[in-house]
Amino acid sequence: MNTLAANSKETIESKGQKINEFSIHVATVNGSGSQSSNTVLMRSIFQMGIPVSGKNLFPSNIMGLPTWFTIRVNKNGYVARTEHVDILVAMNPQTAVEDVKSLPKGAVCISPVELNLDKVRQDVIHYLVPFSQLAVEATENIKLRKLLTNIIYVGVVAHILEIDQAEIDKAIAQQFEGKEKAITLNVNAAMQGRKWAQENIKKIDPFKVERLDKTKGKIIIDGNGAAALGCMFAGVSVVTWYPITPSSSLCEQLIDYLEQYRKDKKTEKATYAVVQAEDELAAVGMALGAGWAGARSMTSTSGPGISLMAEFAGFGYFTEIPTVIFDVQRVGPSTGLPTRTSQADLMATYLLSHGDTKHPVLLPGSVGECFDFALEAFNLAERLQQPVFVLTDLDLGMNNWMSDPFTYPTTPMDRGKVLSKEELEKLGGFSRYKDVDGDGIPYRTIPGTEHPKAAYFTRGSGHNEDALYSERSSDYVNLMDRLNKKTETARKIMPKPVIDKVSGAKVGIIAFGSSDFAVLESRDQLKDAKTPTSYLRLRSLPISQEIVDFVNSHDRVFVVEQNRDAQLQKLIIMDYPELAPKLVPVTHYTGMPIDAQFITDSILKKEQEKK
Amino acid sequence: MVTADTSPAAPAPKAPQTNKLGLTLADYKGSPSTLCDGCGHDAITSQLIKAFWELNVEPHQVAKLSGIGCSSKTPAYFLSRSHGFNSVHGRMPSVATGAYLANHKMIYVGVSGDGDTASIGLGQFCHMIRRNIPIVYVCEDNGVYGLTKGQFSATADQGSKLKDGTANHLNAIDLCGLAIELGCSFVGRSFAGDPKQLVALLKAAISHRGTAILDVISPCVTFNNHEGSSKSYKKVKETDTPLHELGYVPFYEQITVDYQEGEVRTVELHDGSHLQLKKLGQDYDPTDRNAAERAISQAHKEGHLLTGLLYINEESQNFGQVLDMVDTPLSRLKSDELRPPKAALDEIMAALM
Ligand SMILES: Cc1ncc(C[n+]2csc(CCOP(=O)(O)OP(=O)(O)O)c2C)c(N)n1
Ligand code: SF4
Ligand SMILES: [Mg+2]
Repeated sequence: MNTLAANSKETIESKGQKINEFSIHVATVNGSGSQSSNTVLMRSIFQMGIPVSGKNLFPSNIMGLPTWFTIRVNKNGYVARTEHVDILVAMNPQTAVEDVKSLPKGAVCISPVELNLDKVRQDVIHYLVPFSQLAVEATENIKLRKLLTNIIYVGVVAHILEIDQAEIDKAIAQQFEGKEKAITLNVNAAMQGRKWAQENIKKIDPFKVERLDKTKGKIIIDGNGAAALGCMFAGVSVVTWYPITPSSSLCEQLIDYLEQYRKDKKTEKATYAVVQAEDELAAVGMALGAGWAGARSMTSTSGPGISLMAEFAGFGYFTEIPTVIFDVQRVGPSTGLPTRTSQADLMATYLLSHGDTKHPVLLPGSVGECFDFALEAFNLAERLQQPVFVLTDLDLGMNNWMSDPFTYPTTPMDRGKVLSKEELEKLGGFSRYKDVDGDGIPYRTIPGTEHPKAAYFTRGSGHNEDALYSERSSDYVNLMDRLNKKTETARKIMPKPVIDKVSGAKVGIIAFGSSDFAVLESRDQLKDAKTPTSYLRLRSLPISQEIVDFVNSHDRVFVVEQNRDAQLQKLIIMDYPELAPKLVPVTHYTGMPIDAQFITDSILKKEQEKK
Repeated sequence: MVTADTSPAAPAPKAPQTNKLGLTLADYKGSPSTLCDGCGHDAITSQLIKAFWELNVEPHQVAKLSGIGCSSKTPAYFLSRSHGFNSVHGRMPSVATGAYLANHKMIYVGVSGDGDTASIGLGQFCHMIRRNIPIVYVCEDNGVYGLTKGQFSATADQGSKLKDGTANHLNAIDLCGLAIELGCSFVGRSFAGDPKQLVALLKAAISHRGTAILDVISPCVTFNNHEGSSKSYKKVKETDTPLHELGYVPFYEQITVDYQEGEVRTVELHDGSHLQLKKLGQDYDPTDRNAAERAISQAHKEGHLLTGLLYINEESQNFGQVLDMVDTPLSRLKSDELRPPKAALDEIMAALM
């Protein structure tokens, strides 16, 4: 598998130094403004060419509760979460003692001097910093002091890790783009932290950064932003949504992009409509109404919203209306852990609604795929004439990830089987729900088409091929069988799994979505532990036929997923029951993103049990 | 257009009457109704057919939508040449909103029931009004859930009785009062048994460019037409108190009937047509929101059913104007209008590096 390590030279480590391989844990208070400082820290390392990832572990709260930001610096390009903390910046008095207690021996702890954390642990390296005093020196404005403290610690960390000041300045300029006063204030405060550290800290820890060339030409973006861009370049024109964490920032970023890039050049008028609906029921109702009337429409939500959309989802399936529904998953059931990540909506979205219902689901595994699959979702929805779900999660959606720049679509939009006035004239009419081409997908007309034979009646009750009301068993069975045929068509045209078959490997791994980052790292760990693995990353539902051969060519296949009930494993068995004996679930459902060590340990333990 | 041969020697069979588009009334009909004989909803369907025919509306420019209920089945019974959408219970306003955003040039007509609107769909009803989505929204109001066999709805009047004698103890939700409170730009009430008034209101609603709410009392002959019901044909005929006599004058016609000074009010609608309100008893100004609210609550106290144009505001901004969309319907935009050029993506990518 191509991790970044595979195509670059190792950095030389001397004198027990740990270069470009460590993780920083910043503990702060929600609402204290630390987010921008942490982004600056992360970006400055990225700008030095070093692979880096950032995760915000935040509470469901606006101000006052503890929040943590982790930055993982890794020369090998591993970007998944890791349990391991090398450097703690303990800015939150509420959690400081607990935070420092959980550090491994030899880790670094940077903390405000008045917290006396050096009394709590003697076996970690302490750098005690007079942050309050530095903040007082930085500004006379009392309100700004708290904010500037955050950038002061960035300066301190920059000194300790040897991050170039020029990169810090550049990252600040990007963060506060256009706000000259804020830029100057932050640059000065960062410099102040660095200067204090230069004069007062005697570095005794092994961690430092060194320039690499592994991030050149790469972008940093969150999955929601990437999906938003995909939607815009897909040509979405009706966007309806209801705010919910962690999906809100998808539509919010989309609105910003649309305002900038989707106004008519001459008239300055919008080539789109965005509605903040009264609830998710209305949001999906509007999206379906718009899809029915011929627009590219979408909505975006998370678990509780998905539950509310259930009735309409089945309606859309049964009446064959295109729309795109994003589910940025969080932890359920119910309100659950609203700011934690999960993959537990897999079954809920695939089978959403009463009656026999099945929806195409796209499963992006990177920000690049968030973009590509958002684009593709609109094509698939109009091609298949049904709601298409795009399933991401909080980890992928709200955290920042490195990526190659996105590629502009090279294929034209697929607007599906739509009959024009001229075609109707030639055909002398049409049957809305007739399978003319043998792929289960019928033809439709768009309301407003200027032809007396264009109209048809859309209804969620039983209907025949001519869209007339029908309670006849044969019409119902016909319809349900044809809809199933559409599912089989979807199985063929949806994105195929990405397969890395390693010759001689007896063990296979199947995973999807954001688990990919941890699986890639885990496979390297497993290889080191003499357990080579093959890997199939699923990218859509219904499950592609390719899975059969993959499972059959291994002794055991671990299905790695971030939910309790092994939902993917069950779905595989639902379609391919013969594979059941070989499938072993590895489930992670703590609300934290899955990490490589967990996968490795789980697989090795189960392999051990086998022996 | 077909012109009949009028020579006396060969008397041609009488061609059915056509409107300005050359279409007959039958061209505006739908499939045969499957509702109970005498159901008020069918009477409303007939007036919808008549209104669209007489207004010379191109059927393909109309989309009909509904929720679930006997009333919501009716879009299948008119305008067979228009696209129809029988949605889910109580959620037709959201579907209509989405369709409107995709194509703001169509005329939308929504048919709902009192259960569909005042119970399960009350939220969407309110938000549709708040957004001022251009739609003719007809609530076929019979005070019961017809399709589920006669349970009370939220518009059932206090004290009204079911067939088995069960009385309703709760206050009725007055959809017109609520709509006015929410700032609805067109609010009328009518009765399925008063076709003349109903067709005039329907035509005016079609000419309006915002949400037009018509609460039409529509007796359910099967479950709510008995003695003790406040929404039976008999009872409504007794309590019906028209505010005025209505006359609709399309934009292409001159106002010709001469009334005495002060006898008539004329309201001009968006498309240039006029609604003439001939005074009956007290003078009523439908542009005065407070007066409308007072009149409705007064009528409740007195046990009258006020019908006619209760409130109108032709100045209000509809949702399309608020969103400032391009003139071409979004559903008709070409891919180069929908997809920004590659340079846009390059610019965005550069900013993320
Ligand atoms: C979600 C949901 N709940 C319940 C029903 C059952 N149901 C069908 S029609 C109806 C009431 C319809 O009453 P109304 O809107 O007044 O229409 P009417 O039949 O009186 O014209 C109900 C409760 C349903 N279709 N959907
Ligand atoms: S049950 Fe009532 S509302 Fe339904 S069709 Fe019969 S009369 Fe009409
Ligand atoms: Mg009813």
